[in-house]
Amino acid sequence: MIIHHPLLGPRDAAEFTYMGDAKLIDRPDWQSETAAQEFYEYGYLRDNPAGWHKELWFHEAGDRSWLVVTRNTLTHEISNVELARDVARARGRSK
Amino acid sequence: MRYSGFKVIKEALTGHKGWTPAWRDPEPQAQYDYIIIGGGGHGLAAAYYLAKEFNQKRIAVLEKGWIGGGNVGRNTTIIRSNYLLDGNEPFYEFSLKLWEGLEQDLNYNAMVSQRGILNLIHSDAQRDAFIRRGNAMILNGADAEMLSTEQIKERYPFLNTLDARFPIKGGLAQHRGGTVRHDAVAWGYARGADTRGVDIIQNCEVTGFRIENGKCLGVETSRGFIGANKVGCAVAGSSGRLMAKADMRLPIESHVLQAFVSEGLKPVLPGVITFGAGHFYVSQSDKGGLVFGGDLDGYNSYAQRGNLPTVEDVCEGGMAIFPALGRARLLRMWGGIMDMSMDGSPIIDRTHIDGLYFNGGWCYGGFKATPASGFCFAHLLARDTPHPTATAYRFDRFEKGLMIDEKGMGNQPNLH
Repeated sequence: MIIHHPLLGPRDAAEFTYMGDAKLIDRPDWQSETAAQEFYEYGYLRDNPAGWHKELWFHEAGDRSWLVVTRNTLTHEISNVELARDVARARGRSK
Repeated sequence: MRYSGFKVIKEALTGHKGWTPAWRDPEPQAQYDYIIIGGGGHGLAAAYYLAKEFNQKRIAVLEKGWIGGGNVGRNTTIIRSNYLLDGNEPFYEFSLKLWEGLEQDLNYNAMVSQRGILNLIHSDAQRDAFIRRGNAMILNGADAEMLSTEQIKERYPFLNTLDARFPIKGGLAQHRGGTVRHDAVAWGYARGADTRGVDIIQNCEVTGFRIENGKCLGVETSRGFIGANKVGCAVAGSSGRLMAKADMRLPIESHVLQAFVSEGLKPVLPGVITFGAGHFYVSQSDKGGLVFGGDLDGYNSYAQRGNLPTVEDVCEGGMAIFPALGRARLLRMWGGIMDMSMDGSPIIDRTHIDGLYFNGGWCYGGFKATPASGFCFAHLLARDTPHPTATAYRFDRFEKGLMIDEKGMGNQPNLH
């Protein structure tokens, strides 16, 4: 698979480490009343869809940026690649 | 029909006209006591033991394609019980004992071959860890023996013990481990279950569950609604897809694992060998092909094929211990989809929906577990209590912090 890195252009997927569902960006609120249940679901339960999947890829053997890759789990086709930083900020994280 | 040597000779002399199909092709009935979804090894074994050991009736196995066309026909056929943790080792040893009596029990030649498995070690720390594991195995009634480099050289002279980057310092052997003809396992269980009245319904895809007031009443299928008192799901690889139809999220990711077969060679490799400094395992099939595999590709996938970087990685692992492998040409390679659970161990448990039971999360250790998985799932379905060897395989172990994490990797499914 070739991942089109937003900063570096096309890169071999072998340079990356796969870090799972991009929903992991949305860490639960640790002060919530139901934090224990939310962290269990966050840590252990997955949607695991057959089809389009937003996922985290860490460019470990490259510029060490984290990407959100939209990839089809049935065909391995990649439709979109964003910097995870931009995605997290757009969701109000790391301000 | 009972198979025997006498029967083979008789049929050979009479033009092979007396053979009959090994199982029926029945139409689905409107209502069953038990429906097992998934006509793979685990599902067929569960149906077989439900009928035989637990004397249950009115059982159906629903398979969307043909039986044995999924992971039971796509694995590297290894059986073993060399686990460390209490939640696992008794279960896998139970499985190995069932393998040992399987062919007589089924009256079917599954080519169970206890040719032995050898886990190579390459460092002092690894030796300590494997001695500990061997002791855990012996404590649970399995067999284990530490072999020296000299003993290994005698049995496997072709291994690189001269100038390897990771020198072979010994190995942990389980002599009762080995290989089994994987398709024959599905066929043998199917025949045994069918003989005991189980309806094996192929080309019947489950498209949904009928759930009312928290109780599962049956399944919607491509061949219409089929009612059941209890529905068991045994579709490892596709568990995420199936259970989503019951609005369940699982502690599982689906990953692709590749496997390889070389061209046929004369007998060279008497047992199963695993490389301890990378991830590589190899055995030789009775047809002569070297059957081998290694790591997952590492990303979520439902495509039954992988990518080339993993092919390179697996072959490098092979070349590191077994340089002669480089002279053999690769004949075939393929991918299978694994239910990778969050701790690398399986789940055999009830769900929160009454009448709906789950068997999955086998990671890439499902084949060796087939008999015990079927037996324990049948036990759970028939009696609503877990089998003594499968009490740890619960859904709530992640919530309660009772993970069974053989490799200590944490909740990273692609690392188990």
